[in-house]
Amino acid sequence: MPRWLSALIWAVVSLVGAAAFGYLGLRRGETISAAWLLTAAVCTYAVAYRFYSKIVAAKIFALDATRATPAERLADGRDYVPTNKWIVFGHHFAAISGPGPLVGPTLAAQFGFLPGALWIIVGVALGGAVQDFVILAASVRRDGKSLGTMAKEEIGPIAGYTALVAVMGIMIILISVLALVVVNALRDSAWATVTVGLTIPIAMFMGVYLRFLRPGAVLETSAIGLVMLAISLYAGQWAAAHPTLGPLFTLDARTLAWAVMVYGFAASVIPVWLLLAPRDYLSAFVKIGVVVALAVGILLVLPPLQMPAVTQFIDGSGPVFAGKLFPFVFITIACGAISGFHALIASGTTPKLLENEADARMVGYGGMLTESLVAVMALIAACVLTPGVYFAINAPAGIIGTTAESAAQVIAQWGFVLRPEELTALAASVEESSLLSRTGGAPSLAVGMASIFASVLGGDTAMALWYHFALMFEALFILTTVDAGTRVGRFMLQDLGKHLWEPFGRVSWYPAVVASSAIVVAMWGYFLYQGVTDPLGGINSLWPLFGISNQLLATIALCVGTTIIIKMGKVRWVYVTVIPMVWLVIVTTTASLTKIFAADPRVGFLSHAQWVRDLLAAGELPPGVRDVIGAQRLILNDQVNALVAAFFLTAVAVILADSIRVWWRVLSGRAPMATAEAPYVATARAGA
Amino acid sequence: MSTTLDRLVALVRRIIGAPDYAAYLAHVRARHPERVPVSEQEFVAERLNARYERPGARCC
Repeated sequence: MPRWLSALIWAVVSLVGAAAFGYLGLRRGETISAAWLLTAAVCTYAVAYRFYSKIVAAKIFALDATRATPAERLADGRDYVPTNKWIVFGHHFAAISGPGPLVGPTLAAQFGFLPGALWIIVGVALGGAVQDFVILAASVRRDGKSLGTMAKEEIGPIAGYTALVAVMGIMIILISVLALVVVNALRDSAWATVTVGLTIPIAMFMGVYLRFLRPGAVLETSAIGLVMLAISLYAGQWAAAHPTLGPLFTLDARTLAWAVMVYGFAASVIPVWLLLAPRDYLSAFVKIGVVVALAVGILLVLPPLQMPAVTQFIDGSGPVFAGKLFPFVFITIACGAISGFHALIASGTTPKLLENEADARMVGYGGMLTESLVAVMALIAACVLTPGVYFAINAPAGIIGTTAESAAQVIAQWGFVLRPEELTALAASVEESSLLSRTGGAPSLAVGMASIFASVLGGDTAMALWYHFALMFEALFILTTVDAGTRVGRFMLQDLGKHLWEPFGRVSWYPAVVASSAIVVAMWGYFLYQGVTDPLGGINSLWPLFGISNQLLATIALCVGTTIIIKMGKVRWVYVTVIPMVWLVIVTTTASLTKIFAADPRVGFLSHAQWVRDLLAAGELPPGVRDVIGAQRLILNDQVNALVAAFFLTAVAVILADSIRVWWRVLSGRAPMATAEAPYVATARAGA
Repeated sequence: MSTTLDRLVALVRRIIGAPDYAAYLAHVRARHPERVPVSEQEFVAERLNARYERPGARCC
């Protein structure tokens, strides 16, 4: 292509993107088509990929197609397998995309669509995609080493160990908040409970089939599993209408919380071929299928966004979660804009598969852009609902009451219209007894997705099926994180515990396996149970903790990246990782301090504890709490949550201080400007 | 025709991260002809266990 043509095309792409942004930002009053949001996103991604990621690829790492990758040099047919870039891309995307980019944007929609959209689009280009790409490239240059090892080697042992402990803490908070989302989606819904519950025996059947009947026939088994999933959707509908089964599977949040804990424990102790592996295959297919279907649905329908660009809740009084726009939009949306967890995958399986290190740009930067697009689509699906319906589903009962009439009244005070019969009719159309206060994001996203899908295929009569399909998809996603996460947590705990008592670390000694699994489940189970018994709905306190922890991990990853760039002698380009790092330090610090110390009891943990104490002293109980013991438990929960936030805050401070010490030593010439990069070896790959 | 299908199947299997015994066999034969490769069952069990031991396997 001639140079002038390329320049012209990119100029047009940039102008179209800027125009879409301008329209999104300036248009007021009427609803706006989702097409504008999609256009702004896709144009930004294209420009960022073409120009910004090139700095990392060409100026910083100088990715070199003639350099042999770890997959080639260390090929073992197991972890290290040279793989085509499209396959690595698919594998990496399937590994990084989870429920996070779906739930976060849905919750952040309470601020209006614009703040979340801007953060997702700008955050990914300058933050999330940079992080994933830099860590992937760094790991590829270091034999596929993990983030923790790189932190230890490039920064120092203090940063390394802090990262290790932080990852464990993040896992616990992640699992508990996701389990809470599932519990809120399934409570009082026999259809959803039966359908999601059936995915467990389906996975186990697949496991047995794959091991004993048709070893190796992964795709055949998955196809059978997918058919059974479809049947389970109808089975749930049938069971919900059944006179005895219906009430039997209509469970309250506490019962479901215990069920999820038992499930997580079982998944951690039984062999992986029986449950985890087949579930993962199913989940991968459903994930990719739904993401594609959602994209097609949105493109075909181009729904109008009912939510205003910005709502009054940016002042911190939001019902979905409390807290001001800054810093909470940046905490609530982690995955989709920047997610520290990706750094674990970018330094896990993916760097051991790349056959050509130049592919790291497409896989690392491109993979994250794709996830960001998923987050934009989730935001669109949430904003397809009218604000009245959105807040009725997402605000806790403590705020909007327990009837459609009380909800309509409260929501009217916020300036949004909700007719009680509109909500009742919507609940009836998805065949649920009620949609009120189904907090956690999953149900409102499911309603949004169902309305998009139904307008393409099936119409109103298909709403109930699509709604439960979307719920099943989200639950399948989340439960695969709960079960695999518990198992990984168990291995990490055993690894830490063996320093105290050697037999605890034996991974096939049953007492150690059971004990460590029980400890991990107890840890996340505590937060889950706290969430389901919280009168404010749990999401209000736990989702910010999750966001803070995920952004903390991203801060660690960006510190590692910055250290590597400085040690490579590329300090000129260090702003690429320093910009998002500084931003995340500001965001995580402000958010943790706010969550601990804010005077508003809905925001600050300590002031909430004090508020409960004051009520008790006056002989009263907080609304939604039955007895003094329950109120005292609220105080304990607040204290624990404040400690968790303080721990994350300390971890940020430690790693940042340790990194700055290393940067100063290197830049002042006290330490050598050298990294632990593996030496260059020329590739033997054909065509390079 | 069957080769196209086989390639598609292999592609999908690798994207979802199913253990790839064929690639392992090919690797052992090419690089370590003196070694006896482990059986498919052992290989699959070892791969699945390895997959769920590291935090890198799962994301939010």
